[in-house]
This record gives sequence, C-alpha cells and structure tokens, in this order.
Amino acid sequence: MSWTRKVLRVNLTEGTCTPEPLNMEWAHDYLGQRGLATKYLVEETDPKVDPLSPGNKMIMATGPLTGTMASTGGRYSVITKGPLTGAIACSNSGGFIGNEFKNAGWDMIIFEGKSPKPVYLYIENDLTELRPADHLWGKSAWEADEMLHKDHQDPNLKIAVVGRPAEAGCLFAAIVNDLHRAAGRSGVGTVMASKNLKAVAVRGTLGIAAPENPDAFFEAVADGKEVLAENAVTGEGLPTYGTQVLMNVINSVGGLPAHNMRDVGFDKAENISGEAMHEPRASDGKPNLTTNGACFGCTIACGRISTIDKTHFSIKDQADKPQYQGASGGLEYEAAWSLGADTGVDDLDALTYVNFLCNEDAIDPITLGCTIAAAMELFEDGKITLEDTGGIDLRFGNAKALVEVIELTISGEGFGADIGQGSKRLCEKYGDPDLSMSVKGLEFPAYDPRGIQGIGLNYATSNRGACHVRGYTIASEVLGIPVKTDQNDAEGKPELVKAFQDATALVDSAGICLFTTFAWGMDNIAPQIDAACEGDWSVDKCLEAGERIWNMERMYNNAAGFTSDDDTLPKRLLKEAVKSGPTKGNVSRLGEMLPKYYEIRGWSDKGIPSSETISRLGL
Amino acid sequence: MSILNIIKKLFGRGETEPVQSSKPIQPEPAQTSKVASKKVESEKTVNNTESVKPEHNSSASASKSTEHQKTHHAIIGAGPCGVIAAETLRKANPTAEITLIGDEAEPPYSRMAIPYLLINNIGEEGTYLRQPTHYQEQNINYLSQPVTSINPDKSELSLADGSTLSYEKLLIAAGSYPVSPPIDGIDLPNVHSCWTLKDARQIASLAKEESNVVLMGAGFIGCIILEALVKRGVNLSVIEMEDRMVPRMLDEKAGGLLKKWCIEKGVNVLTSTKITAIEESGQAMVIETDNGESLSADLVISATGVRANTAFLQGSGIEVDHGIVVNNKLQTNIANIYAAGDVAQGKDFSTGDYEVQAIQPTATDHGRIAALNMAGQSVEHHGSVNMNVLDTLGLISHSFGLWMGVEGGDSVEIYNPDAYKYMNLRFGVGDEEDVLVGVSTLGVTQHIGVIRGLIESKIHLKEWKERLMQDPTRIMEAYLSSTQELDNVI
Amino acid sequence: MQKSLHLDPAKCTGCLQCEMACSYEKLGEFNPSRSLIKVFTFHEEGRFSPYTCTQCDEAWCMRTCPVDAITMDLTTGAMVVSENKCVGCKVCTIACPFGTINYVQETGKVAKCDLCGGDPECAKACPTEAIVFIDSNATGYDRMKAFAEKSLPSANAS
Repeated sequence: MSWTRKVLRVNLTEGTCTPEPLNMEWAHDYLGQRGLATKYLVEETDPKVDPLSPGNKMIMATGPLTGTMASTGGRYSVITKGPLTGAIACSNSGGFIGNEFKNAGWDMIIFEGKSPKPVYLYIENDLTELRPADHLWGKSAWEADEMLHKDHQDPNLKIAVVGRPAEAGCLFAAIVNDLHRAAGRSGVGTVMASKNLKAVAVRGTLGIAAPENPDAFFEAVADGKEVLAENAVTGEGLPTYGTQVLMNVINSVGGLPAHNMRDVGFDKAENISGEAMHEPRASDGKPNLTTNGACFGCTIACGRISTIDKTHFSIKDQADKPQYQGASGGLEYEAAWSLGADTGVDDLDALTYVNFLCNEDAIDPITLGCTIAAAMELFEDGKITLEDTGGIDLRFGNAKALVEVIELTISGEGFGADIGQGSKRLCEKYGDPDLSMSVKGLEFPAYDPRGIQGIGLNYATSNRGACHVRGYTIASEVLGIPVKTDQNDAEGKPELVKAFQDATALVDSAGICLFTTFAWGMDNIAPQIDAACEGDWSVDKCLEAGERIWNMERMYNNAAGFTSDDDTLPKRLLKEAVKSGPTKGNVSRLGEMLPKYYEIRGWSDKGIPSSETISRLGL
Repeated sequence: MSILNIIKKLFGRGETEPVQSSKPIQPEPAQTSKVASKKVESEKTVNNTESVKPEHNSSASASKSTEHQKTHHAIIGAGPCGVIAAETLRKANPTAEITLIGDEAEPPYSRMAIPYLLINNIGEEGTYLRQPTHYQEQNINYLSQPVTSINPDKSELSLADGSTLSYEKLLIAAGSYPVSPPIDGIDLPNVHSCWTLKDARQIASLAKEESNVVLMGAGFIGCIILEALVKRGVNLSVIEMEDRMVPRMLDEKAGGLLKKWCIEKGVNVLTSTKITAIEESGQAMVIETDNGESLSADLVISATGVRANTAFLQGSGIEVDHGIVVNNKLQTNIANIYAAGDVAQGKDFSTGDYEVQAIQPTATDHGRIAALNMAGQSVEHHGSVNMNVLDTLGLISHSFGLWMGVEGGDSVEIYNPDAYKYMNLRFGVGDEEDVLVGVSTLGVTQHIGVIRGLIESKIHLKEWKERLMQDPTRIMEAYLSSTQELDNVI
Repeated sequence: MQKSLHLDPAKCTGCLQCEMACSYEKLGEFNPSRSLIKVFTFHEEGRFSPYTCTQCDEAWCMRTCPVDAITMDLTTGAMVVSENKCVGCKVCTIACPFGTINYVQETGKVAKCDLCGGDPECAKACPTEAIVFIDSNATGYDRMKAFAEKSLPSANAS
C-alpha cells in the first residue's frame, strides 16, 4: 500500500504532536513528498506569509516508494516557503532518515507555529514528543547529532538537524541528516531554526506494508535496477566518480561557469574533478576519495566519502578535531564547482574541508560558494574592502581566504554575517545588484546558461529559483539522455524544459532519487509507482500529476507576489558573451524561449496559468 | 592486523596458555582401586597413555574410538548437559552402548522452559529437550530411575529400584537442587520451589488470579518466573535478603533499575528483607519479615538458590567441593568418571578458578567436552564464560564474565534510568588493558552474543577501546573492526 | 557442494537493499530493523560491513537451546529456528559468540538467518556482489569461518 496514511501534525506553539489520517484524495492527485506536501502547504498557509514567522509551516514528507525496495527509495523532502527567495521551497534529501520516518509509520510531519524554547522532536514509532533542546542550541549539526545519539544510546537513531548558521539567521541554512546528506537549498534550515526546532530524531521499527501488487512491483523494481546497472552513467560513471564525473565533462563542452560566472571554463577544473579525487596524494599516498557510499536503497551509490590530507593547512592544526581527520561525505560536483571553480580555488583539500564545514553546520554550499564568488568580484572591483572583510584578502583563487570567510559565515561574525544573507542581499548592500548570480534570489548551480541554452530557461522558470534539479536538461543537452539535443540550440528547449520539469516533479513526489533519471524514463518509473500504490499510475497519469504539481507551485509563487518579470536571468548571462572556449560568443537566448514556454504550459504571457489549464489539471 | 597474524597469535596462545587455578591443579587421575576388574584396568592404561600424548591428536583419537566400540557409557542426569553428552557420544561412536539416566517421571525436559509453561505459552511437551522418540532413534537407552549410589571399584551404579547398572565410563551430570532457608513454616504444603515440572503444576494450581503470592528470593530463578506470575494475575510480592535484585548478576545500578521496573509493573519488591517465619492462617499463610512487615500469602515460592546434587556420591570416593571436583578434561579424581554441568566444579574462563557456574551454556559445553573425552578424544576445557540472560517483565538484562570488573581495569558505563538502559563494559589490566573482560547490560538485546565472543577470544580492541570508552553502544562496530579483515577499498 | 554466504565489506556501499529483502522475505514487509542480515557503518573509516550468521559448525545456538528449537537443515546446512518450539528464553543469544541470533521483542522468540531455504534473498538483492551465495570451498570461506571459530577457546574441533 506504500503510504502509511498517517500524518503527524506538530504544533510547536502549543507543544503538541497529533496524528491525523493522510488525505488520500490528495494523495491520488499529488502522489506524495514534494507534490502532496506542497498541496498541504498551499491549502494551509497564506502565500504572502513571512517565511520566518510562526505563520509559515514546514513539512517533512516521504513518498510512496520511500522505504521500499525500489532503487533509491529512501528520499524525503522539506517543503516550506523559503526565506532566501520568498518562493516555494522544496529541498530533497537522501541518506537514511526518509525510510526511518516511514518505518515509524509517518508519511509526513507538518510543523506549525513556533516553540517558545528550543526543542527537538523525538519519534519512536507511535511515541512522538517535543523535548527540550536547550543543550543542543548553539551546537553544530554534527555535535548535536552526536549528543542526541549519546542521549538516546541508540546508534540506529536517525537525525535531521540544523547547525549554528540557521540559528543565527543565515538565509541559506540547510537541514542535514545522517551527517552528510542535506535538504540543502532555499534556506529550509533557517525556517526550521526560526521555529526553535533544532532537530528531529526518529527511530522506526514498524515496517512498511507490502506493495499493492507485489508481483508486479518486484518485477518493475528488478527491471529498473537492471536498467540502472547497465547504464553508463548510473552503472559506472556515478559509482566511480560520483556527480564529480561532470566536472571535466561540463568544462570541456564550455558549460562550466567560473569566477562568479564572469568566465565560462575553468582552466584548473581538472585539479578539483572526480578524477583528481582518485589520485594518490604526496603526503600519505592515499587518494582524497575513500570509497563510494549509498543512500538508503540506492543501487547507484554515487555518494563520495573522502578524507582531507592531514598535512593540509586547513586541518593540520586541528588534530583535536577528529571530525576532520577521518572520512566524511563529499565532495560532490555542485559543491566542488561553487566553492571551487566559481571562486577560482583549485585546492581539492581546501574544498573538501569547507564542504565538511557545510555538512557540519548545515549550510547550502552552492549558495555559499556563489555568494563568496560574488563577494570576491566585488572585492576585486573595490566595492568590498579589506576593512569590510576584516582583513581577509578575498581575491579569486585564494583558498585560505575561502576557508576563513566560511568559518566566519558559520559563526555569523563580522563579514560572515553579510555572506550569510546570500548574494542578492550582499550585492545590493555593496552597491552592485547585477553581480548576484541568482534567480528569484537563489544562486546558480554549476551549468552556464550561455553555454547550455535549455538549462537557462529552466533556471528562469524554476519554482524555487536557479535550480538544476527542477528540470535537469543537462541530461539531454550534454549527456544525450534520453536523446541528445544541441546545447547551443534554443529551439525545442521550451518543450524539453517542460518535459523535464513535469517529470522531475513526479519523481520528487515518489520517494526516489532524481539521479535515476540518467537511466530511467517515465516508462521505468510509472510501473513501479503503479504496482506500489492503489489507483492508476500509468505513464500519462504520472506526467499529468507532475504537470499538476508544477502548476500548483507556480500558482503559489504568483500568489506570493512573483510575476513574469522574475522569470529572468542576471544581465551578465543575457548580455556578456562567453569569452573563450567551445561556447565562445554565446549569451543566453532566454527571450526566444520564454514566450514559447508560457504557451506550451498553457499560461498567459504574464506567466499565469489559464483557467483552461487550471481546470484541465484539476487545480 | 592481518588474518595471518591473528591466527599466529591465537595458536601461539593456545600452545602456551598456562592452566591457571586458584586451587591446586587437579592431579591426573590416579589408580583408586586395587581390585579393579581387568576391563577397568585396561581402561586406565589407555587413559594413562592418553595423558602423556600430545593434545589435539585427532588421528589417535579416531583409532581409539574404534577400539572402544562396545564401551558402555552411563550418564547420570537427563538435563541439557546429559542429553548433549549422550548425543555427542553417539556422534563420536556410532556403536557404543549409551545409557541416560533421569530421575523424574517425564522425558528429559528443560527447567529453562518452565516459566513459559506457567503462562501456557507451551504445554509440558514444549519443555522437552527432544522428542521422546529421539533417544530410541539415537540408540540411547533412557532410564527413569534415581541413582542412589556409585561404586567406582565395581564400576557400578545402584538404582532406587534396587537394581544395579555397570558402566565402563560414567558421566555425572546430576545437576542441582533448590535449597530452602531454615525458616519456620518452610515445610507448609503451600510453600513450593519452582524447579521441576511437578513444582510447576502445583504452582499453576495455586497461582490464580488475585491470589496472594510471595516469592522468596529475587535471584535468577526468582526473576525468571516473576513475569509468569504477574501474567497469571496474582498479587505478587518479592522478598530478597540482599540489597538489590539479582545480586549475583547485576550491580547496584542495574539491580536498582530492575527493582524500579518491577515496582512500576505493580510488583511489591522488598529488598534487604528476610522472611523470619511462615505461619498458617486459615486457608492462607502469614509471612513475617525482619522489618516488622507481615504479608498474607496463598502461595509461597522459594527461590533462594540451588546447590550441586552430590548427596548420592557420599562414600563413593569421588571428590566433592562445592560441586564435583574435575580437571580440565572434566574428569573426576576417578579415571573413568567424568562430571559436567551444574554438578561439576568446572573451570571459569575469566578467573581460571574451578567453580560451580550452574548455567545452561556451560552445562551444554561441559556435556559435549566431557563426552568427547569419554569417547577417547583429548579435548581440553578452557573454561566457560560465566554469563546470564534474564527477562524480567520484558526488561532484559545480561551479565558476562567479570562484570564486576577487575582491580585497576578501565570501565565505562551508560546509565539512563528513564529509558531503563544500562551498560557497563569492563576491561582488563596490563597486557589486557584493551581486552574486554566483563559486561553487564539492561535493556540491550541486539547482537549481544558478540560480548561473549570478545571476552572469550581476548581480542585486543586497540583504538576501539578508546572509542568504546567514549560510546559503549558501539560494541558491534568494535567487534567487527577487530575481527574482520577490512582492507581499504580504493 | 554446500553453499555459503560470502560477505565482502570492501564491495558494500551500505544501501541496505539486503536488509529490506530479508525483512520482506521473512515478514512480508520492508522493515530493516527486523532484518537478519545487518550492515554496519564505520563512519570514520568510510566502510560498510554486511554481517550475518555463518552457519558455523560449532552451532553454539543449537547446542545450547533447551527445547530443541534450533535444528540443522540438512539440505542447506543452515541452523533454523522453529518458531513453534522456541520459548524465547534467549540463552542462544548469549551463547552465540558472533551475536547473530537475536531476540525479537515483537514475537517473543529468537530469529536468525536460515539462508532462505537455500536461495538467500539478501544475495539476490545486493547490487554490488558484496553478498554472494557460492560454494563454500571456492572462496576460502570455510577457512575464514574456521578462523572465526578457532579464535574462541571454547570451540573445539571434534
């Protein structure tokens, strides 16, 4: 049956935890996780609510395939209104906690209000209670995680937790679970901390009931796993190099932005690539990469587990901090790019270290890296001074400056507090708003819209701002999945973007990982959902549900005050041509693509879904 | 450490390990009979030869097994120890004559199962150690007849029905019996031990819903039947002389938590309390205690301890201390007589001392090793780890080895009274400062056996000791890291 | 030829497909907490270690069971717990020095790996061949097993 059909409603103001049945009517239209939780949020909150006020809600939600044997079926999402953007925020995470929620009997947990004092939510199956977290407040995510494990004396406890930046009001704080997996973007951690909720600790031992149609389910699941195993990306590239397999690939096709997107192409990309992580280092002959690790139920296992060179400047004087001396999660592609290529830093160990810091204190490395990159450009332009930075020489390529400024951001001190507001606010403060490489306030990931046209349209229209995992057209435009489209073409991209966005909305609502779509099409995914769940989940129904979810999110954002004017890209990407490399001379041709996109979406030229579209999708 | 090194190390230890004992080492059995029959004489010759042969000589053992095809092995005691011994003998020698002698009316059964019988989870047949037809299938003679005496000179047993039985080799696995304190009224008809199926039937007939039951003794046996009594709906009081529950297995903290747990479940627990008298009062009884309190009881269950069953050995010449004295082959001072299980004073793994452990895993280990030696193999008993597991109204406790610790050894505990969790790890000293020597736990169940593994293999935990000192719940990781070959992947 | 489960930590990614497969086979639900094979994570070392019963020859669990509830399946060589006979006394859980037979609160009985009657689901579910079911001799697994047992003085080759 795949849904547990139970929702836990946690009223932080009142300090109550109340079970309620899952709205199955909605489940049949929105499936689960991203779609279903957004439906709850849309129905229950005012889109104009201040994201950091008690009136905002935060939902942790699993999908129907979470906790099943469907490959990668361990995902959960955090849905709320994001403080960095003011738009709908939905951040997806792997690790092990998604399954734990499900095994404890909960499809989703709705947090509302604000606790008068720091608390954490403890869940042991039906036992659910808010407990004091004064002792955890002010601790890093890792420290709080360790303390909770110790308090409960249960190594099997799964924990999602915010770090110090979230408490201090950093707008791009994440929620880290299982030490190095995160609901990373849009500042969902900031919302959590604004509710005085430090952590969620859960242990589930109830079991998840058999799928609706077990024979069909296991057949579809086995087929799916075979497809993943035989695919070059999911069967070989990702296990071997992780997402970092992309660093050299994207660089070589002229799609890798660098230096706050001033440049396309990073000449030192090799030094921070997946391949570099395999190279033995001079000091101890060991490579940066220790092994690959999987999230719950994942047969791809792209996760990187790495160590920092013990002689590296970042940790050589920190022998008393075992958390940096052993193996931990990272480096993944997006973080390697934002913290590395975009800041011009090619020091793999420094990047591994700051990535550890991002996990340790639960902040989004993409926004962090991009904001620092913007600050570096402002610094080189003289708009940010040594006085502003507290003496940090914030030039591109300065690894030590990168480390220092990130340590400051985590503590929220000095210039770190400025960084903690994200690039949009930082660039406004220092007088050059155009240098913020963001859409709707969310910073770009590691693919340049000038070098790869379709992704630009996706960034501009993505419901949570500049986000690659809302419509990963890179799959088609660079990797040729499911078919190769020309990265330089604008034609056909609106259709491509819409197809990716709708399919992704469905995948994010199912409990599985988007990375499966390097190999899976909807004809691999739909049969798994259909066999697991009651109701009809044919390919068409799945795509329709995906489109419904996308439009629901759009309508929420419109109601929150966003307009078609916000469906744009920074001037730099529209006007400054790529200076060198394979995509030299290109700018983003968003203007050519956007009207067509609105049209095929069934939206007005102001980006508003037509009444026909609304009724067609049953919204 | 590579596997090779571990193996070398372990074999090294096996060869050189001194036999330690706080008592004088058992002399090899000497001739005790001047009028031994020829058969016994030859038996001893073989034994003497064996004692000078190198150990673990399996080819020699094999040839000996054939030589003794017709040996008659008698086993006194049909508990787990006796049954395992009989089966081991059968496996080692398909044609030997084997007689297993019990002294109760029922087929061999397990006392461990009695609590589950009392709550009707199983019927009496569920307590049987094996299907009753098993013995015949294995060609094991089963006699239900108390043994009244042993005459080693004649290699002969006297049975209660007046008959005799001669043997060539004898295993005494007669177990233990419950002892009751000398209290006025202890002989009253509604005062029972909880030891045999017969006791169980009587308890079942008296422990009815709402009846008042007093359990004398909160030791291992008392606690193990406590749940059954509560489930039967009686009003239960537990009276323990010592200052805590299960004092031989739990320290103050764990014993205290267990008491709190029982009280929360509605059991009246009195520790540091002695029963001074039991008096009849109409249909019921009145129990007087040394703290002045008196309780009414319809049934008193005496569970104040057990003692080795050695009375019938008087005059046999078999040396008895707290139990039957044995050497590291589980052989008594008489060459063709072995002793095992609750009745034997076998070697304790942790201390090297010879003592009566009276626990199930030791009984079965003893039974098997004694039988192998009887079958002509030469197998040394390296000592059994003293360990216990107890489920008291759903709260599970364990103790292993030197759970009270050793002087100067490190220890680490977690103590979470609200969650009823407790864990105490004890480490050795000197060369063994990173070796686990004892553990006690409350509220922990998963992978608990590795504690025996870690204690018994004396694995050096190295850096994992420090990690355990930080967080003892990581015991399974420590075990795996220390025992598996885990080379780096990439 | 008897087959054994061969567990290779170096190949394990910690995905827990084995735990789900095991629990589904035994309980008809996905419940890793009740799986009879467990994957342990060594965070500092970045390692994962799948772990279950080796069906050892010593069979401490079987020998110590007071009610004959554990028997050897003669076709697979697995020690199998009879749910009907097990009374839940837990003596086997302390006797097994590998910690691979566990008390299950939900059932009041113990549970251990029984090799799924000769076709273990964990091995089929493992995507990386960290768990394989192969001829015991082909892998030297018997030697490893023997080593594990010899490390315990109370184990005696008979």
